[in-house]
Formats: sequence, C-alpha cells, structure tokens
Amino acid sequence: MFSLIAAEAAIFVIFVVAYLFYVGKSISGPTPSVLHVPVFLTVCLLCSSWTIHRAVAALRRGETGSFARWWTSTIVLGAVFLGGTAREWQHLIADEGLTIRTNLFGTTYYSLVGLHAFHVTAGVIALATVSLFTLFGHVKREHAARVDLVSLYWHFVDVVWIAVFMVVYVVGR
Amino acid sequence: MSTTDSVGWAGTRIAPRPFVDKLHEWVTTVDHKRIGILYVAYGLTFLMVGGIEATVMRLQLIRPHNDLVTPQVFNQMFTMHGTTMIFFVVMPIVFGFANYLVPLMIGARDMAFPRLNAFSFWLTAFSGLFLYFSFVGGYGLYGAGTAPNVGWFAYAPLTAKTFSPGHSTDFWTLSLLVSGFGSIGTAINIIATILCLRCPGMTLAKMPLLVWLNLVMAGLVILAVSPLTAAQLMLLVDRYLGGHFFDTQAGGSAVIWMHFFWVFGHPEVYVLVLPAFAFASEIIPVFSRKAIFGYPVMVAATVAIGFISMSVWAHHMFSVGMSSGGNLFFVLSTMAIAVPTGIKIFNWLATMWGGKIYFKAPMLFCVAFLFQFLVAGLTGIIQSAAPFDWQLTASYFVVAHFHYVIVGAILFAVFAAFYYWFPKVTGRIYGETLAKVHFWLFLIGFHLTFDFMHVPGLLGMPRRIYTYEPGRGWDTWNVIVTIGVFFQAAGVLAFVVNMIRSYFRGRPAGSDPWDAWTLEWSTTSPPPEYNYASIPVVKSRRPLWDLKHPEDPDWKYE
Amino acid sequence: MSIIAALGQPAQPPLSPTNIFAPVSTPAQSIFELSLLVLAVVGAIFVIVSGLLAYASVKFRKRKDDDGREPAQVYGSNQVELAWTITPVVIVLVLFLATARVIFSVQDAPRTPGSLEVTVIGHQFWWEYRYPGLNVVTANELHLPVGEPAFLTLLSGDTDHSFWVPRLAGKTDLIPNHPNKMWVEPRETGLYLGQCAQYCGTQHAKMLLRIYVESREDFDRWIHEQAVAARTDDSSSEGRRIFERTACINCHTVAGTPANGRFGPDLTHLMSRETIGSGIAPNTRENLRAWIQRPDALKPGSLMPPMGLTDQQLDAVTAYLASLR
Repeated sequence: MFSLIAAEAAIFVIFVVAYLFYVGKSISGPTPSVLHVPVFLTVCLLCSSWTIHRAVAALRRGETGSFARWWTSTIVLGAVFLGGTAREWQHLIADEGLTIRTNLFGTTYYSLVGLHAFHVTAGVIALATVSLFTLFGHVKREHAARVDLVSLYWHFVDVVWIAVFMVVYVVGR
Repeated sequence: MSTTDSVGWAGTRIAPRPFVDKLHEWVTTVDHKRIGILYVAYGLTFLMVGGIEATVMRLQLIRPHNDLVTPQVFNQMFTMHGTTMIFFVVMPIVFGFANYLVPLMIGARDMAFPRLNAFSFWLTAFSGLFLYFSFVGGYGLYGAGTAPNVGWFAYAPLTAKTFSPGHSTDFWTLSLLVSGFGSIGTAINIIATILCLRCPGMTLAKMPLLVWLNLVMAGLVILAVSPLTAAQLMLLVDRYLGGHFFDTQAGGSAVIWMHFFWVFGHPEVYVLVLPAFAFASEIIPVFSRKAIFGYPVMVAATVAIGFISMSVWAHHMFSVGMSSGGNLFFVLSTMAIAVPTGIKIFNWLATMWGGKIYFKAPMLFCVAFLFQFLVAGLTGIIQSAAPFDWQLTASYFVVAHFHYVIVGAILFAVFAAFYYWFPKVTGRIYGETLAKVHFWLFLIGFHLTFDFMHVPGLLGMPRRIYTYEPGRGWDTWNVIVTIGVFFQAAGVLAFVVNMIRSYFRGRPAGSDPWDAWTLEWSTTSPPPEYNYASIPVVKSRRPLWDLKHPEDPDWKYE
Repeated sequence: MSIIAALGQPAQPPLSPTNIFAPVSTPAQSIFELSLLVLAVVGAIFVIVSGLLAYASVKFRKRKDDDGREPAQVYGSNQVELAWTITPVVIVLVLFLATARVIFSVQDAPRTPGSLEVTVIGHQFWWEYRYPGLNVVTANELHLPVGEPAFLTLLSGDTDHSFWVPRLAGKTDLIPNHPNKMWVEPRETGLYLGQCAQYCGTQHAKMLLRIYVESREDFDRWIHEQAVAARTDDSSSEGRRIFERTACINCHTVAGTPANGRFGPDLTHLMSRETIGSGIAPNTRENLRAWIQRPDALKPGSLMPPMGLTDQQLDAVTAYLASLR
C-alpha cells in the first residue's frame, strides 16, 4: 500500500507543480480570487480521518458494531466533501464562468482538485464495499489489518487534500 | 512445460490434455514463473516488430533522397520503433525476468500479490495491442494510417489538436497510460515481495545483487512512471476538454511537457539498465568462479544511482534555453552519476580479475556488455558537457549513444541472461555452437551499425529525418550503418532457432548445470509450481557455495 | 584521436560542410576546444579500462589443463574501492569546471551595444528572418557580416524547432511562448549549412538552413536591396493580377503591394535567394513553376496548398515572381 501511495503521490506532485508553475500566468479570464475557501469541507474531510481511525481501533478490539458506526460516519463525511465540491464547481461554472477550458487557472484548478475528488470517490466506493461486507457480517476482528490498509489509503487522500488546500487556497491566491 | 503434464498414476494411459485446456491454464495463470515467461515471450515478439520498423528506416536512409517510404510513414516508423522497443520489448522482458527470478532467488513460493501480477501483465499486453491497432484503426487503412507519428517523447505543442488532428497522439497516450498502470502494479509487487517474503536468514544484506537491483528498479518505476501518467492525463485534458496545460497560444508552456516527460524518461532508462546490471552481477561471478567483488559497495552504488537518476533529467534539454545556472546543475548531476556507474564497471572487472573465466555464451555476452557499457557511459559523459551537447544533442550521435546503451549493454545482458537461465526455465541445455554463432553475428552487426552511427552525428546529421541532402558527407556512413542491420537480424535468427530447437531437443540440464551459488539452482529444472519443497534457510549471500564448500563457507567472511 | 584530427581538417575539399569539428565562429570554437579536453579524458579512460578488460579476459581464462579447483575468493577491498571512487570524482570535478567556464562564456556573453540583431521565427517548415531596426524581412537565407557578433532572438510560430548550423554554433531551440537567444561571430566568409534539429512535423527533414557570411560592404548592400519595396516591371502585370486576386496574398507578403500575408515566406525579393522551399531546390524558373503548381511534389506534407492554376496562369504567376528581385 505504501508503494501505491508513493506512486499516487508522485502523480499529485506533478499536478501541483503544474498548478504552481501557472499561478498568475493566465492571459485572461477569472482568477483565484473567485474561489471560496472551503473551510467546512476541509474540516469534514479531516474529521473523517479521525473517524476512520476510531473505526479501525474498534475493529481491533472486536467491537464490530462500533466499527460499523465509525466507518459509516467516515463515508458520510467523505460524501459531504464530494457534495460540497460539486456545489462549489456548479457555482464556479454557472456564476463565474470558470471552466476547464477558460484559461490556465481553470485548467489547472479543475485538474488538480478534480484528480483529488476522483481519488476521494474511489475511496468512498472502497469504504462502501467494506460496509457492504460488514452488513452481511463478513468483517470480523481478524480482518483488522486489512481494513487498516484501506484506512491508510483514506489517510493518504486526506493528506493530499491538505497539500492541495495549501497550494490552491493559500499559496495560489 | 506444465508440471501437471507429468502427474499420473503409474500404468494408466492419460489422454493428452486438449490444447484449449493448456491455453486456458496459461491465460489464467497467476504463477510468477508462467507470468514471467509470458512477459518475456511478449517482449521477444515485439522485438521482431520493432526490428522490422528499424530496418524500414535504415533502408530508407541508405542513400540521400531515397523514396522507399513517404515522410509520413517514416515519421510513424521512428515513433513506433522507439515506443515499442522501450515499453513493449525491454520493459516486459525486464519484468518477466524479475517475475521469474526474484521469488526463486529469495526462497519464496510466489510473488506477494499473484493476481495483481497477472492483471499487470494483461494490462501491458492489451496496451501493446492497442498501440498497434492504430495501424488499422481509425483511418488506419486509408493513406498512411493513424499510427503515432509525434516521436516517442511526443513534444508539445506538436501533440496539440491543432498540429495533430486525428487520433495518432491519442493511441500513443492511451496505450502508454494503460501500460503505465501495469508497470506500477508490477513494481508494487516486486517491492512487497522483496521486503516481505525473503526466506529465513536472508537479510537485505544477504540478498543476491539481482534482487537488490530489481528492488531499486521497482522503486524507480513507482517514482518515474507516475509523472508520465500525470503528463499524459494533462495532455488528454488539453486535447479533449479544451485545457491549456501545454497550449502555448493560451500562455501554456511547451517546456513544462519536456520537464514532466524527462522526469519520467531519465529514470526510465535506469529502470531498463539496472536489470542488465543485475544479470551481469549474477553471471560474471559464476563464470569467473569468484564471488562478486565489493558486494556492499555494489549495493551502495546501486542505491546512489537510483537517487541521482531522479535529478539528471534536464540533460535531455540542454538546447532548450534553460539559464546557465540551470544547465550547470544538470551538468553536475549527470557527471556525478558517472561515479557510481564507473564503480560498478570496476567491480565487475575486479570480479574477473584472478578468476578462472569460462567463455560460454552467457559470459561472452557479458564481456561484450562490459565493453559496450563502458563506451556507452563514456559517450554519455561526453554529452554531459553541456556546450558540447549543444552540438551533439538531437543528432545521430545521441541516437548512437542510447542504442549503445539499450542494444550494446542491455540487450547483450538480456541475451546473456537468456542463455544462463534457459536450462533452469526449460530443463534443457541450449546449443553452445549456435549460441556462439549468434554472438559473433550480432556483435559484428552491432558494431557496424552503432559504432559508425556516431560519425554522421559529428558531421551535423540531425535525428528524425526521413531523408537527407547529398554533399553533407553522410552518405557512406549511412550505408555502413544499414549493412550492420542484416548481421544483427541473422544473429537474432540464430538465437530464435537455438531457443526453439533446444527447447525440444536439448540435453536435460539437471538442477545446477553451471555449478552456481544462488537459491534457484537448488531446485529442479524447471522448478515445480511451488518452487521449493521446504523453504530454504540461508546464512550467506551464496547459500550453495556454503553447501558445496563446507570447509570454507562464505558466512565466515561476510 | 586520429579520427578527430581527420574530422577537424579545414582542408579542401572539406569532409562535410556541417562538421562540428571545423568551427568558423567563436561559440563553435569554444565548444570545439572544450570537446578536445573531454575527448582526451574520455579517450584515456577508454584505453585504460578496455585494456584492463581485454587483459583480464585473456590472462584469467580457464586453462585447458585446469585442475578444477576454485580460485581464491576475494570479496572486496576498501582501499581499491576508495581509489576508484576518488579518481573519478576528481575527473568529474575537472570536467565540470571546464564545462562551467564555456557555459558562461557562451550563454552569458554580454551583448555589445550596436551589434547586429536578427529575429528568427521558426515555422512549419521554413525560416523567417527579421532585422529589426534595418527594416528587412526575408526568409530561408540569412545574411551576416563577417568578423562581427550577431545576436539572434529565436521565436516560433507553431511547434518546436531548432536552429543548428554546426560550424557557427551549437543548436538552440525555437519554442513557442519561450523566446531564446543565441549569438554567432563568424570569422570567415562563405555559405554555411545546417537544418532544423527538433522534430516539427512531416517535413522536418527539409527545413534547411543557409547562412551567407559576407564582407561588411556586401552585407550592407544586401540590406539596402532588401529594405526597399518590391521592384518589378510591367511585363509581369498579368501574373501580378492573378497573384493579387488569388489566395496567394493571404499567406505571402510583397512589400509595396496589397499582399501582406504572414503565414508564408516574404516574397518581396524572392529572386535574391539562391534556393526555394527552405533550401531544397535551386531557385530556377522551372523549380518555381513546379513549386507553385504542386508544392507537395517537391516537399510532400508542405503546408502550401496547390493553387489549382491553369498552365497559362501558372506561367504568368511564375513570370511575376521571377521579376521580384
């Protein structure tokens, strides 16, 4: 899993480099000032790292019911993050006229944030799959190590968001 | 060669299994040995295809203003030749050998993730076929077709929709995107296997050098292929979603594509060459009858090469107009990587020194590898002097240099590996005479082509041109270069014939025909599906030496 | 070394008009001198190491009368490893310093005020030259005065190209949205050849370079002739009419006439050039006519379309162009 994370990290690094390289270089069109800083969404996503940590700890102790609740909370928080991102994008496209083809800012913004959102989506699907197994009673204490691996991926997605947040909403503005 | 072929009750007659059954077994296999063989067979097949593309180019260039093929077809030839040879010949062969040998050499039963292993192979296999579908797909059957024609590094903005309408660039992008996922999958597998499945007693310091080199190679794949994936995703965004990553009209940068590509491209060539070092590091000691000289230094040099290789990429971009400071940095890092690389060459030499050298086919190819890698490294140092590179880059000098590395070093080491492990994989001995015929024909052809190819570069001939002007002094050299192709083809033919013939009619090899020292030689040839009846326990780097020389085991000196 | 000596002959006839070891301009000369040092060092390493390899292969062969015992197992030697680590590091240091000197002297050479400036714009598949300040725009054949530095600004109108005239300088790329600079200082008059060195599409191979280095007087005269509007005579008015009524003027400029297209080469003084199609054919009436009729025949994949003219129109237009001296 660490190797996979390393590979994914390398992909994100390149998109971040492209984003930083093109900051301020758009010839025309909307600038980063049109972005609203997604504080609530960030809090949701960071909390989800805590909830998934609690979930894995619960499973380690054999408390499958507690595990299921914490795990589901993680999925909900992830879904809220995705929903919020979708709303932000809808606003940017409809009201600010910023699309991926508008200018350099549009291209790099949607690509970087979109790549991250794609990974969140994949994570949510993976988490939901585990939930499905849990529902049918297939996830027990002995699976804690494997579930931990999935949570590792989720933590990675969170860390990437911290990086993307810093680059897009702090440094880039 | 399935082990299940030979299972049966004494006295019963078993009908031969239907071909469809055997085929199904191979297609659904997750056994690392079978997957290894699939990778290598795949790579060898595309070697022939890439060779044909090279031959077409060389015939077109045999004289100035030749009209064997149109410029459009020629431009597809060099693009496909480069892409094929790197992604669908050398990488599959390298992954194939890694797959076959790494678990055996660390005393494991299989790779860490056998199903991921199979999935990675089939991803790569599919992507190669997809790339070649470009010759017939789309507008393929009309005119020159839609095969990629943007060069294997697909510089922007030539790849933008304005300059490459049609799908040739998309075939390139998509096929490499998919094969990149396969490569990353295999790399993850190799790392997990090596870190987690070593047999008892085999600390990292006691692994065979082949295993070390494949570990570093896999790490490079993880770090290097991802940037290419990222850049290709950006290219797709540009081409299909109207993005502007490399759109110079909208303020985008063509140079940033080059940076992203070469951040991949340079470590990629180390991905290709480290396994060649691995083969040499296993074969030279056995055929010199001595332990490898300086194992710890070899490991350190390998790791150093891995790290430094991530910092040299822009030496492919010296003519692009980076600042003098930027150029200077990459001069330094490129010259620096020569130090650990040179150390390796000296250590191989020192291994031979004072030994008893047997010149069977594997060793012949390894000695040629040493000589040719030396030359290739030296022409690399020549080009690392950036101002000199301002003349040499994008000319036939650099084409000669990198073919010296990929053919002269890597392919020769691959041939050595073929002959060395053929007995283990097939259980038969190959024909030594035909192998020597292969060696000499290929050696002569290689040198005819690639020694003399340096000269037109020094005389001003750029690369990727479908024809050239007479009166530039390039004509005769191009003829000699083309003639060498036929010797090489003859050599490869001898190789293929030898492999096939020996597979069916070679003498049985036994488990250890070379009197070697690493774990794979302790099991049968071919190994059973489970590799080892019981997991071995080792005390040194050469477990079989310890067994054969109990009075003087390695672990006393390590 | 002998091959270098052979290649470096400026003798008659030359080995090649694009030989990198026959520099006639200051940057090319600096590169040449660096190359001698690098080749000497690399050559020495080659001789020593391959000599050792050959020696080892012969001296330590298994003999026919071998007793079958394994030779002494030597696992390593720290002193030896140190020795062959330190030596390469020293060599690297020397080469690096020598290289750094040349990088700075060539790349960061100060631009002397008042020296000649030329803007080079790369196109698929031809070269545009502008002399800002001298009011000259031309194509495919660059003229420079001997004995003076000339500073080139490199731009591109479409994809990547590279300006490589080996005897004058190393190559520098022309990249859209990324202006580059280079300079030459030719010491001998003559015609210097080169070609585009960065794959730019179908006709990359035929984007040839021709640099005419001439005396100051000749250069000034050439500039003077290039700077005026098109000189033509009345006998070609028919061709001129066809030229100005067809799509020709969308791509080509003829100064002093309504034709002011920028997509193709400037034709104002077409007949002052020795070649057409960016160096691929001599500038004769027959070639000109063939080119206009179907550029694809001389340069398959060229971006100029065939104009679909009748034979009579073709003759007229050719006559007109042939009058543009």
